[in-house]
Parts: sequence; C-alpha cells; structure tokens
Amino acid sequence: MLETVGLTKEFRGFAAVTDVDLRVRAGTIHALIGPNGAGKTTCFNLLTKFLQPTRGRIRFKGRDITGCNPAEVARLGLVRSFQISAVFANLSALENVRLALQRARGGSFDFWRSEDVLHVYDGQARALLEDVGLGGFADTPAVNLSYGRKRALEIATTLALDPQMMLLDEPTAGMTHEDVDRVVALIRRVRQGRTILMVEHNLSVVEGLCDTITVLTRGRVLAEGDYATVSANPEVVAAYLGRADA
Amino acid sequence: MLGFTRAQAIGFVAMVAVIIIGPAVLYPVFLMKVLCFALFACAFNLLIGYVGLLSFGHAAYFGMGCYVTAWTAKNLGLSAELAILLGGLTGAGLGAVFGWLAIRRSGIYFAMITLALAQMVYFVCIQAPFTGGEDGIQQVPRPPLFGAISLQSDMAMYWLVAGVFLLGFLLIHRIVHSPFGQVLKAIRENEPRATSLGYRTDDYKWVAFVLSCFLSGIAGGTKALVFGIATLTDVHWTMHGEVVLMALVGGLGTVFGPVAGALILNGMENYLAQFGSWVTVTQGVIFVLCVVAFRRGVIGELAAALRLKL
Ligand SMILES: Nc1ncnc2c1ncn2[C@@H]1O[C@H](COP(=O)(O)OP(=O)(O)OP(=O)(O)O)[C@@H](O)[C@H]1O
Ligand SMILES: [Mg+2]
Repeated sequence: MLETVGLTKEFRGFAAVTDVDLRVRAGTIHALIGPNGAGKTTCFNLLTKFLQPTRGRIRFKGRDITGCNPAEVARLGLVRSFQISAVFANLSALENVRLALQRARGGSFDFWRSEDVLHVYDGQARALLEDVGLGGFADTPAVNLSYGRKRALEIATTLALDPQMMLLDEPTAGMTHEDVDRVVALIRRVRQGRTILMVEHNLSVVEGLCDTITVLTRGRVLAEGDYATVSANPEVVAAYLGRADA
Repeated sequence: MLGFTRAQAIGFVAMVAVIIIGPAVLYPVFLMKVLCFALFACAFNLLIGYVGLLSFGHAAYFGMGCYVTAWTAKNLGLSAELAILLGGLTGAGLGAVFGWLAIRRSGIYFAMITLALAQMVYFVCIQAPFTGGEDGIQQVPRPPLFGAISLQSDMAMYWLVAGVFLLGFLLIHRIVHSPFGQVLKAIRENEPRATSLGYRTDDYKWVAFVLSCFLSGIAGGTKALVFGIATLTDVHWTMHGEVVLMALVGGLGTVFGPVAGALILNGMENYLAQFGSWVTVTQGVIFVLCVVAFRRGVIGELAAALRLKL
C-alpha cells in the first residue's frame, strides 16, 4: 500500500530521519513506535508531503508520490491526523466534519452561493459524529469539547473523507482510560477496508491493535515485526530503557 | 434573513435606517466619505477577520481604483457605474498579481511583501504621467449613472454611494456564508488541517485576496467620484493605516465593526478638525487603547457584553 525507499530528512545537517525503508501492507494496522524525538512525526510529515524529503522515494498504491503536494496526497486517499489535536476550534463539531464531506463537491470556490447548499451533508455528518460518540455535540464549538472528544472529532473528520489509508499521530495521547478504550474500539470498527499507520506510545494499545510494528530510534529503523518479535528484541528493550533513564 | 443571525438582521435593518435618515441630519458628503471608507474597511476585514491574512498594502488597490475611475470618467466620459466597476477591476487585477506573489508566504512575511508591492505602486504613481503626479487628477466630473441619471446633486450621488456600499456589504456577507467561506474559516482556524483534508489553501486565500482587492477598488473609485479628485494620498500607506485603524476600532472579524469604525474615525477627523494636529494625537491614543484594552473593538466588545454575534 505504502512504501518508502531510503527516506531521509536532514534539518541543516541534523538527520531527523535516515534511510527509512517502510512497507505498509494493505489492510493492516502498522505501528510506528520509538522514544521521543525518534523522528516519527517527521516521518508522517514526509509521507504526507508536509515536508520535502532530502533523499528517498515514497510510493502509495504503486504510484510515486514523492513530487506531490500535501493537498494532492490527501485527495489520493492518504489522510493524516496530527499529534497536537487539529480541529477547527471556532466552528461547530458538525461544521468540522462537514468540511471534510464538502470535499466531495470538488473545489468549493463558489463564493456567490449560500452555505445552505451544504445542508445536504448534515445527515452524513451527524451519523459520523454519532459513530464516534459525539452525537449530542453537533452544535458545540470544537473549542469547548474536552480533549478526548476533540480527538474523537478529529477522527470523525478524517473518516468523513473515507480515506483508503489513515496516518494517526498518537491518537490516544493525553487521554483518560475510558477515552483510550473508546478510541481503540473506534479504530477497530473503522479498520475494515482501510490501511492504518499509527504512532503510539501506549504499548498495550499497540499490542492489542497492530499487526506490524516498526521501531524507530534516532531516525533509523531499529527493528520490525509483530509485537512478540519486536518486544523480544534486546536492542528495542535497551532503547526504551534508555528513554526511561533519560 | 439572508443568513444573518437574528441580532445581525436587527443590526442590518438599523444600519439601513441610519443610512436613509442620515442625510437629513448630517452632511451628505461626510456620510458618503464614511460609506466609502466603511466599504474599504469591510473589504480589509474580509481578509484579516475571516482568512487571517494581514495585508499592509491595501492602499494600492484603493488608490488605483481612485485613479482609474477618475481618469476614465474624466477622459473617456464613461458613465458612473462603468467607471466605478473599472476601478474595482483594476483593484482585482492588481490584487491577482500581487496576491499570487505574496500568498506563498505567511504571517509577517506576507505583510511585508504586500507593503513592498504597495510602495512600488506609490512610486509608480508619483512618476507615471496619467496620475498627474503631485497634483493628482482634479476636477473629475460626476458622469450620469447609466448615462442617464444625473449625479450632480449631492443627494443623487448619496443614493448611489449608499447602494454601492450596501451591495458590497451584502456581497461580503454572502462570501463569508458560502461554501467558499466555510473553507476560508477552516483555513483561518487551522491551515495545516485544511490542507490535510485536501484543500489547496493557497488557491482559496488567493481568491479571497482578489475579492478583497476588488471591493477596495470599488470603494476607491466611488470616493473619487464623490470628491471629483484622485491624489497620491489615496495610494499612500497612511491610507492603509487609516483603514486598519477603522477595522480595529470597530472590531476585527465582526460584521458591523468596520462600518462603526469608519463612522467613528471619519467623525473625529471632521468634527475635531478645528483642533488641528490634536486629531492625529487622539487617533494615536485610541489606537493604543484598542490594542491594550479593547482588543475586540467597539462592536466586538458590545457583542461580547450582549453575548451576541454582531
Ligand atoms: N522543522 C524542524 N526543524 C529542525 N528540527 C526538527 C524539525 N522537526 C523536527 N525536528 C527534530 O527532529 C527530531 C525528530 O522529531 P519528531 O517530531 O519527528 O520526533 P517524534 O518521534 O515524533 O517524537 P515525539 O514522540 O516526541 O512526538 C527531533 O530531534 C526534532 O527536534
Ligand atoms: Mg511526534
């Protein structure tokens, strides 16, 4: 589904990501883990073209997307979420989701038309909000939602695009236990027919959810495999312990 | 009504009432000036308030609108509506090029590029023969509307200006409340997220920029016909400063703020004129007060106090 060859990103000589060869198979949930500053978010930024790689190539669905811009990548069906929860704060939850559904119209440059034409998406938007447990919050401005609900709204917005592949950057970070459980259940529900690549620090979430795990440290791939293989790898254990000491 | 909230609808009706009754109480020429600047401030507010783009160069589009309307009315004898429309199109054309150059940059860099380009326009206007240099274009006749309705009397001109203002005001309202406007708000709230949903945000910002420049040009052109003159003051950056002040005093991102701001500042300029340079000092103090204490501006503070959207 998604494949990188020798992906490298240098910031003024500092190599944040070095020679990463990643293969995410279609239909799987793939985890990208590693200590803070390992380059996980940078990887996401490269894959979605928010950053231009220094070297290396990216292929999505067999097509080389190294030269695409971020909006094109999203239109191809590779949609990301952000580590810092990204909602449209002063718009209602319904409007947030509708903005993604609105993409189905193609460009929205019709400034002369009333926004009433967007009401055709309201039903779909409400259904999606219902799906993520935000049924009662359709008219609440996103800024007034709790942290966990903001993340849920973000996932609903991402799902509204019906992407073939989702990149989720720490979808459960900073959440309470119940919120984590809710998001995990949600991911399980929506994985049907999709490929998911996620960054996750919570290893029990990774264990329960992910088929393949890639461990990144200092911008390099340290290990790859299923949970049992990776957790048995002494280098991985050392990297994580190293982080605990730091 | 027209997608206004109830409070906004009441505000709109009140505004129309003031526009209709106004000339019975105040000088029509003063009110026309207010309305031209109100439209200009609304156009500026469209960018800063709804897209989050801070332009420093709107004097260029306003001023070039002034010049082109004045020149075509004087030398080609175009009718009023055509001359004004050409002023608007000049603003839009200039905005299309400058916007294309500036939009790739964000924040202060965007502001600096728009300022630099506007300064360039100013220096071209000093040199170019058609602007009349230091003298400007003077004694511009008020051509008849549609080639038939005379605008010689100030009241006739007043109704034209009021009409232009209301059309512009409603156009902005429609832009903000359109599918396009939804995307603009998304960009203002979180541009990377809008991008990640597949929106080419630069294109949306560019269209908004051009629309804002168009309306600035219309405002400039209308003002040129009201006073029968277009000068270097209209393209100077201080003109932009005034409109920023109006939008700020009234309330950025509010529907009625720029209109209130235009009324307040033009009122001060007019009725405090006898105190000479004190006007400038007072304006400075108001500016500082707004930035320090009343960030939301008059209408913004009012709306917050009443818990309404105005
Ligand atoms: N725009 C940038 N300019 C310079 N350095 C950067 C930039 N973005 C990231 N870095 C550096 O690259 C390294 C990797 O950062 P990245 O955000 O990808 O880590 P991460 O694995 O996502 O960490 P975390 O678990 O904290 O989210 C860090 O050392 C960071 O300081
Ligand atoms: Mg990160």
